[in-house]
Amino acid sequence: MSGDHDHDHDDHDDHGEHDHGGAADEHAGIDRSTLSPYAYRIMAMRDLLVEQGVIAAEDVEAAIAAIERLTPTNGARLVARSWLDEGFRQRLLADTRSAAAELGIDLPEEPRITALENRDDLHHVVVCTLCSCYPRALLGRPPDWYRSIEYRSRVVIEPRAVLSEFGVDLDPAVAVSVFDSTADHRYLVIPVRPVGTEDLSEQELVDLITRDAMIGTAVLGG
Amino acid sequence: MSTMDASTLLAGDRVIVRHGPEQGGMPRHVRTPAYVRGRRGRIVASRGRWPNPEVLAEGLPDPIGADLYAVEFAQHELWPGYRGEPQDRVVLDLYAHWLGKDETGGTS
Repeated sequence: MSGDHDHDHDDHDDHGEHDHGGAADEHAGIDRSTLSPYAYRIMAMRDLLVEQGVIAAEDVEAAIAAIERLTPTNGARLVARSWLDEGFRQRLLADTRSAAAELGIDLPEEPRITALENRDDLHHVVVCTLCSCYPRALLGRPPDWYRSIEYRSRVVIEPRAVLSEFGVDLDPAVAVSVFDSTADHRYLVIPVRPVGTEDLSEQELVDLITRDAMIGTAVLGG
Repeated sequence: MSTMDASTLLAGDRVIVRHGPEQGGMPRHVRTPAYVRGRRGRIVASRGRWPNPEVLAEGLPDPIGADLYAVEFAQHELWPGYRGEPQDRVVLDLYAHWLGKDETGGTS
């Protein structure tokens, strides 16, 4: 593993398996010899920690359940409110954490999350080239492609080509701004509100805001 | 290239990313991707002061911390032959000790 690899404990991209197996793998009869070395190591560490009484197996299951409970809905609620309330929009851009608290969304102090607003002439797209940092508190678990080496390398080198593969063909007049989450910041993209949604309720707006639009690999209503 | 006094960095300042620390070897853990080292960019915002991940990764505390800045790079500065538009950018957060003053009056 390179020195560049690790950001925080929940964002490695080498151990997706443990997200699924959880503590139930032995009971489910999973053959550990089929696992990747990273997954195998993580399970061995977990077993040791449980065996030594450092953590309980239930703690591991609860932590996995807490991760699984997070969905993109919280992010969508922030976006929808920002479309409807100009004051909230400005507070969200200035201080995403305290604005989220207004909606009862409790964001951790670290890693900090900053909202990036798309405009008709500016499109943001988010990546973590060093590993797979992602605003999990607002979007849940990242999609597999977000953690792929292909996305992580290509979206900084040729963002317009990558976006086109996602179905987003940007006008040459639109600037592309790729945000690489290299340090202690994560980013949430506020997509442009689609035309024709003026009569929708806040909940209807929440329902149409997609995860990918908040990563910047989709536009809404196009 | 002179070492940057972090307190002097303001939005709009032109910087050049160092290839590595001025003294000592390369830390075993760094948050400065290779693709921006030696490249010219522009400060867009201060991100505050954080424990230096290069220190934390060694299992050591960092009570002093390091100043973090959002730095913007023109795509054509990063990738010769970039096939996009001239206004395209990459923004990433870099610690002050990786930044030096760009005295060449770059065009980005």
